Amino acid sequence: MSAEAKIELTGLAKSFGDKHVLRGVDLTVGKGESVVIIGGSGTGKSVTLKCILGLLRPTSGGVKIDGVDATRLRGDALDAHQAKFGMLFQGSALFDSLPVWQNVAFKLIQAQGVPRKEARERAIETLGSVGLAPDIADLFPAELSGGMQKRVALARAIASRPEIIFFDEPTTGLDPIMSDVINELIVKCVREVGATALSITHDMASARKISDRIAMLYEGKIVWQGKTGDIDHSGNPYVDQFIHGRAEGPIKMQVRRL
Amino acid sequence: MSSPTPFVNPLALIGQTFIDFLSTVGRFARFAGDAVQHCFAPPFYLRQTLRQFIDIGYYSLPVVGLTALFTGMVLALQSHTGFARFDAESAIPTVVVLSITRELGPVMAGLMVAGRIGAAIAAEVGTMRVTEQIDALTTLSTNPKKYLIAPRVIAGTLVLPLLVLVADIIGVFGGFMVCVYDLKFNAANYISQSWQYLEHRDVTSGLWKAAMFGFIITMMGCYHGFNSQGGAQGVGKATTNAVVSASILILITNYLMTGLFFAGK
Repeated sequence: MSAEAKIELTGLAKSFGDKHVLRGVDLTVGKGESVVIIGGSGTGKSVTLKCILGLLRPTSGGVKIDGVDATRLRGDALDAHQAKFGMLFQGSALFDSLPVWQNVAFKLIQAQGVPRKEARERAIETLGSVGLAPDIADLFPAELSGGMQKRVALARAIASRPEIIFFDEPTTGLDPIMSDVINELIVKCVREVGATALSITHDMASARKISDRIAMLYEGKIVWQGKTGDIDHSGNPYVDQFIHGRAEGPIKMQVRRL
Repeated sequence: MSSPTPFVNPLALIGQTFIDFLSTVGRFARFAGDAVQHCFAPPFYLRQTLRQFIDIGYYSLPVVGLTALFTGMVLALQSHTGFARFDAESAIPTVVVLSITRELGPVMAGLMVAGRIGAAIAAEVGTMRVTEQIDALTTLSTNPKKYLIAPRVIAGTLVLPLLVLVADIIGVFGGFMVCVYDLKFNAANYISQSWQYLEHRDVTSGLWKAAMFGFIITMMGCYHGFNSQGGAQGVGKATTNAVVSASILILITNYLMTGLFFAGK
């Protein structure tokens, strides 16, 4: 697998002042693989993604994409690096000043110079592949329900056919049925585009459905990783506590007793 | 960064405040340098820039025009009460036209636009920051500074002089109205006296100021919006800071530029 590693994190650490969020994350994602990072709130899942994306500069450690160190990139090289990614944001992060089709076609129009008419057709086609009708293309994001916004955001993330797609809590805030719809779309789209996927979530149903492998992040380190099928007999007390959602266990929530 | 014992050691508090101030200035300088660089390097987002021209320029016309009109009117009225005491009413047209073109036109327009546009920019960009839309731009291969800031700064810097030119005309017209219809001046005399002592640089200095104010307003809006954090409250704070800092900077810059233009005269 390491022969064709798409994303390779080695000893990735990130601190904000004296707060150490990541304390040395080692993780490899193979080409075409779908890996899910699970972990509680505040364990550094989002920071990991932002370090890979180049939105945050790691304190130490390496991020390699296709074998190229991405932490020292600047200017054009950084732009080229970031062009490989698509991302589905937790809150969808749709541009509320633009209609749906321009959101989906944003990268095509702004970065790739596709003519607007053709971009619109491709946007509508992509909307179709996430199960949305063409007539919502001219609505604004605020006029859509949360589930539809999520699907538009998914369409936007895959429209330019990126090599790597990140999913940041794709099912947060959705009802169980819509969550499953999104999960199935993610599996379908990732397969169709042939992309490598890295997701972060704390929704176990979603993690099981969309991943080939799962890694668990706790206190800035990967405490367990393995195939999705092995998660129920991992023998790891952290994983067991997390997937069963128990308050008692090795993971201590910082809650003040009343 | 938490200062441990500000009450025990007042020097630490002063030092910390000073260091914070310097780091803010440094951060802003880097931000501004970056933004200016993006204004001159392709790709240019013409559609965005055009939209900002209309937002900042065209839609500010009513409020700026109204402000200029009443400023000119009250200026004429006040100078009349003053100058009438020593029979110098004939100086009123000159006072009005010089005050408006040199100072009141640019400053009043600048302050009004700071309230209208500075706040709007900070709120819009700030909301985009806290809802991750700015991060989303990056993942869509679009540099957020180039896409969001450059169009606003370019439009603001170029359109404010035009806006001030309109404000100058309306302001002078306000003074004319009061003098002719209320104080019974001769209209033809008023106009010829307005022109008599007016020099090119009275107007051009005001327009240079306007360009500078446009830059300050859009830059402050973008800077505070771009660095806002922590949800609705953070956006509110960014908006306030954008307007307050832009207004103060406008007043300070105005003084400095006046000194620069008219030094030794």
